Amino acid sequence: MAELKTLEDYRDEIAQCVRCGACQAHCPVYLETGREGSVARGKIVLAAAVLDGEVELDERLREEISLCLLCGSCVVKCPNHTPTDAIVGVLRRQITETHGLTPIGKGVAALTGSKSLIKTLLKGADLLSPLLFKKIPETSGLRLRFSPELLRERSLPPIPERNLFARVPELLEGETDKPVVGVFAGCALTYLYPQVGELLARLPHSLGYSVFVPRDQGCCGMPALSSGNGPLIDKLAGANLKAFAGRKIAAVLTGCASCHGMLAGHSAEKTGNPFGAELVDIHVFLAKNGLIERLAALPKWKQRVRVTYHDPCHLHSAGVVRQPRDLLRALPQVEFVEMEDAGLCCGLGGTFTAAHPGLSRSIGDRKLQGLQASGATLIASGCPGCILQLQDIVDRAGLPVRAVHTLELIQQALSESPQ
Amino acid sequence: MQNDQLLQQLADIVGAANVSASAVDRITHSFDATQRQCLPDVVVHPGNAEEISRIVRLANAQRIPLLPRGAGSGFTGGSLPVHGGIVLVLTRMNRILEIDVDNLIAVVEPGVVTGRLQKEVERLGLFYPPDPASKDFSTLGGNIAECAGGPRCVKYGVTRDYVLGLEVVTPTGEIIHTGGRTMKNVVGYDLTRLFVGSEGTLGVVTRIILRLLPKPEARKTMLVAFASIDGAAEAVSAVIRGKIIPTTLEFMDGSAIDCVRKAAPLDLPLDCRAALIIEVDGDLSVLDSQVDRILAIIEPLGVLETRVAATSEESEAIWKVRRSVSPSLRNLNPHKFNEDIVVPRSKVPEMIRALEAVSNRYGVPIVNFGHAGDGNIHVNVMVDLAEAGMEEKVQSALHDIFRATVGLGGSVSGEHGIGTAKAAYIGMELDPPTLAAMRTIKKALDPNNIMNPGKIFLEDQPEPGATAG
Repeated sequence: MAELKTLEDYRDEIAQCVRCGACQAHCPVYLETGREGSVARGKIVLAAAVLDGEVELDERLREEISLCLLCGSCVVKCPNHTPTDAIVGVLRRQITETHGLTPIGKGVAALTGSKSLIKTLLKGADLLSPLLFKKIPETSGLRLRFSPELLRERSLPPIPERNLFARVPELLEGETDKPVVGVFAGCALTYLYPQVGELLARLPHSLGYSVFVPRDQGCCGMPALSSGNGPLIDKLAGANLKAFAGRKIAAVLTGCASCHGMLAGHSAEKTGNPFGAELVDIHVFLAKNGLIERLAALPKWKQRVRVTYHDPCHLHSAGVVRQPRDLLRALPQVEFVEMEDAGLCCGLGGTFTAAHPGLSRSIGDRKLQGLQASGATLIASGCPGCILQLQDIVDRAGLPVRAVHTLELIQQALSESPQ
Repeated sequence: MQNDQLLQQLADIVGAANVSASAVDRITHSFDATQRQCLPDVVVHPGNAEEISRIVRLANAQRIPLLPRGAGSGFTGGSLPVHGGIVLVLTRMNRILEIDVDNLIAVVEPGVVTGRLQKEVERLGLFYPPDPASKDFSTLGGNIAECAGGPRCVKYGVTRDYVLGLEVVTPTGEIIHTGGRTMKNVVGYDLTRLFVGSEGTLGVVTRIILRLLPKPEARKTMLVAFASIDGAAEAVSAVIRGKIIPTTLEFMDGSAIDCVRKAAPLDLPLDCRAALIIEVDGDLSVLDSQVDRILAIIEPLGVLETRVAATSEESEAIWKVRRSVSPSLRNLNPHKFNEDIVVPRSKVPEMIRALEAVSNRYGVPIVNFGHAGDGNIHVNVMVDLAEAGMEEKVQSALHDIFRATVGLGGSVSGEHGIGTAKAAYIGMELDPPTLAAMRTIKKALDPNNIMNPGKIFLEDQPEPGATAG
């Protein structure tokens, strides 16, 4: 396993930036702040200055480097495809090495680095329960990451009693002539939205595949990347690799865009696809397996609900744009409409929302105009992080809109009778 | 210059959160799209004209250089703080104050991004035509400072043709108002035009009154492939001579096409050595006949293939070819010298031949593309500066290119401005009395030369009125 890259390894990529400023049009943070240090170009110039020893990793620099959602919008739109997200990741690791983890970074390490803590925190518990927080030491970063004050400001789903692993067996046996596919659920689909995680396993199973949901899988490492924790990225990648190593699988399916982005992109920086099997977003998988045609053939419902779609950044940048829409359009109970700025980031950005809650909310609120104009009452997406944030956005605005995972609507079409 | 007292004075005006002398902020405001870097001493984000007026008075009293900055996306160094000092970043002043549908006027602050205004007025069935390639991120303040153009200028003109009035903080801190809200206005000197294209050397624009048009009903895009560069260049002149003014008339030469082809598969005949992208707009009913007339005019000039977009997706595919030229140039050589010369439209064929001659003379690749319909050609001399003697070679080639341009009655910059990048060539185009008149204006408005110093004029030239020697 090669080492994680250093800033020096990115010298050529840093030189690719010609300072044209095109990233300004696409950076969710810059659109809010209007400050040059927020945007990719400014960060690349700072990275060059760090490389050449022209600037210290001082407080001001650390603040600018923290102002990035790692959404990748700038990379996609950059004429030279300068990998600013990866370079910010390296800068954050360098900052952590010299200055230690931020309190939020410590919280991430405690939470995502230990499965038992996640379980303790989430298992049947009310996240807002002061009792829960009494069990967490004053000094723990968890208090900052999930402090009652912070959580009270946002809408959260009730935490289900049974997590994903209590809902599906480790192996769902399918038809003998069909291969085994793995499911990488990620933290959110395991604990926060296990009903969606279950669909991630059950829908491929219903298509005849055997589905492997290894119990030892853990966090994808995105929060660790976001907080600049190199050793934790390594540890999680190693654990996940081991979890899937036991069985020959044809593909690893994800239903969380951030996990997909981390495993396919950021993690690939080091190991290539960690699983040795193709990593496939569930929308792409279902589209390939003829589900669009099957859904389109179902009798249309009389009462259809108007649905729009939000592009998660990490599906958008992976080029997964068409399949979720085609699936939604095919649904018999859905009237699909596009909304303006469907591809604009929701503002969650892993640990960004904890570090910059006000900015995270104002970035998210940019979704409202397009959403309202679309007249949709459901907003579907392919990332539990986006869904969490979108629900918070509409709730704060008092809109009668519900955020759902595309898979939930697919399941409804397949299981309920027309209305 | 960097003293705590000044920082405190600035903080008293705009608030501490909007003043910084940190290394980080100085570095992130040290560049524009020219690849040069010059550190400012202080970065200030003012919120209104009154604050700017107070800052300018302060700077003028203490003889501190000061320059306004929008998106910092200029190509000629207009927002480089070559003498340090204070950078006034205007991105906080980003309100669209008014869109007046009865009078076809918009009133905006300088930090509004051009593309955002266009989107907002188009919602109301109106149209703001200037469309520099940077429109999705460059600001209207910056567009006014540089008098930005764009592909649509063939038919619609440039930024100056849409500016009716300005509020400006002068280099001595006065807040003045030029022009107004009417189409006609001959009261006093036309100061509006003076400030448009002044590259931030005469003042800071703080409010802008823009003229709008009704949005054209439809547009039609076509891509025409030519067997020779001459054919395409002749076609540009022929279309204009045929008394048709298309919305855009973009040109790509053989090397531009080769660059695009290297980067991605390109659906153009292999023997295509030049291409035009022509777009017409207006009432749907007249578009087809306009397309037919254009095609009839250019047909005899070695046309290999014509593709008329039937859908907006096909139109987008054509424009994608044009947009992919710039990023693909790196495949040729690492360093790009990008000039935006302009010649009278009838001289486009001669200019193209002159560029070929320069390329052959120095053995350097020159890629040409751009808004040929208004005579504006983007000339890209692509070299590897690591090669011995290349720097001198490039300078000689550029010199010859500008000489040829001016010789054909053209101009060394159509839309990028002079800044620092072209200051050496301004004397080639402007005679000494004209230059002196310009410097007299600068001296009158900015007696202490604090407003964006080191731009447009070469600094070793004597001040107007100074005795020679």
